[in-house]
Amino acid sequence: MSVAATDIRADFPVLAREINGHPLVYLDSAASAQKPRQVIETMERFYADSYGTVHRGVYELGREATEQFEGARERIAAFVGWPADCSIFTRNATEAINLVAYAWGRENVGPGDEVLITEMEHHSNIVPWQLLCEETGARLRYLSVGESGELSLDELDSVLADGRVKVVAVAHVSNVLGTINPVAEIVRRARGAGAVTVVDGAQAVPQMPVDLAAIDADFYAWTGHKALGPTCGLLHGRRELLREMRPFLGGGHMISRVEREHSSWNELPWKFEAGTNAIAEAIGLGAAIDYLSEIGMEHVREHERELTAYALERLPEVEGISLYGPESPDRRGGVVPFTIDGMHPHDIAELCDREAVCVRAGHHCAQPLMRCLGVGATARASFHVYNRRDEVDRLMDALGKAREVFGL
Amino acid sequence: MDALYRDYILDHYKNPRNFGTLEPHDLEFHDHNPLCGDELGVHIVVEDGKLKDLRFHGHGCAISQAAASITSEELIGMPVDEVEQLDADWVIDQLGIDISPTRRKCALLGLKVMRGATTGDPSWPE
Repeated sequence: MSVAATDIRADFPVLAREINGHPLVYLDSAASAQKPRQVIETMERFYADSYGTVHRGVYELGREATEQFEGARERIAAFVGWPADCSIFTRNATEAINLVAYAWGRENVGPGDEVLITEMEHHSNIVPWQLLCEETGARLRYLSVGESGELSLDELDSVLADGRVKVVAVAHVSNVLGTINPVAEIVRRARGAGAVTVVDGAQAVPQMPVDLAAIDADFYAWTGHKALGPTCGLLHGRRELLREMRPFLGGGHMISRVEREHSSWNELPWKFEAGTNAIAEAIGLGAAIDYLSEIGMEHVREHERELTAYALERLPEVEGISLYGPESPDRRGGVVPFTIDGMHPHDIAELCDREAVCVRAGHHCAQPLMRCLGVGATARASFHVYNRRDEVDRLMDALGKAREVFGL
Repeated sequence: MDALYRDYILDHYKNPRNFGTLEPHDLEFHDHNPLCGDELGVHIVVEDGKLKDLRFHGHGCAISQAAASITSEELIGMPVDEVEQLDADWVIDQLGIDISPTRRKCALLGLKVMRGATTGDPSWPE
């Protein structure tokens, strides 16, 4: 299937909408992606025909629900190249990272240890580590983001050489700059220094081929709602670590046996899935993965690369614009942050909305990075399979009109 | 004319009144909008129970900067104990434009820090 084919847009019902008299241009997929009818219909069919809770019912509905739910897990795990029993459903990527910080971090990090993150992390890969460091007396350190919007492996080596780093937590793709980080190399060097690695793949899995066996991180977190699916996260972990770890949340389903004073734990992955899962969401994410697989992630990546290249080519036509992130579209994902002199990002987004162009404005949950860039906020356009070049043109028109309103 | 970005709003944004710092000052307060990271600080000089002078500083969108600018003009000369009676409706009346729920905190950040300085109350104006 070709991404350029027009029938892809027809799969996304929301794209038929008009807002303020203009056809919708949705350029905020890095925040959350729109859903194809294949996902919506799969969830509706599950609720209408097969709904039941999983792993309990001996009746037909329970069997069907369990089959669909665990089938989704297997396909999702295969999609990223990781064993299904080491692939845990969470609420979102944030919960997946918190799971590691609590269940692994509290047992393995102590005073004098260091937790190494980077200046380009989303708050979801900063705050859980701040909390861990506050509680354990460990020190939180940051790898800097260079002028090109990229990390330095030399700096990584020099921090690791101190020998105190217990955890390296890094984004696979920056949600602000789009930078594609060399995570396999970071993992290799961190492991060589005895550190456990946690990769935040929230911006990577939705838009490019990701092979977790090749990256080989100890933990890899991502979320379905950016990958055309519902709100449902994944944590993929190394089996030995997941086995050793204490549970994150306690409750039903995660136990093997409950005595009055203590309990024993269920097998992987259910040991980390306390309570009733978001069943329809997991099944819906399975449908999203099927949809993306049919297109082919290499085609998704190429489409995003082309759109990003086109945006990077056209946006400099706007007077007073500043772009951030790596210059080459080969080194970044489908996200383009920008500011315009004399116009705050919020006002840019508000005026784009008049033209039905949805862009994000703000700190993108990356306040430390905003400070590095020397801005309080940026506007950001981001793409997915359903976006087209003419939508970048619509953004350009909207920015032109916004500048007129501001008398620029 | 744009319904939100009216000429006087853009004028206050581009040429904010009472923008800067005051040294020495009697009262100060600093805060931010957690939704967008915009920051605003204020310095106030008090004389005879009134706000003799006020300067605000920081960065924000047109709505937040214009609202702070307009609010600052109203506050200078006002008795300090009257500031706590000012509320969200007062700010939106002063602005003279419709404020959507998503921009409400932009409009209120100015009064929030100015009220914070005079009353010590860090809460958002209701």
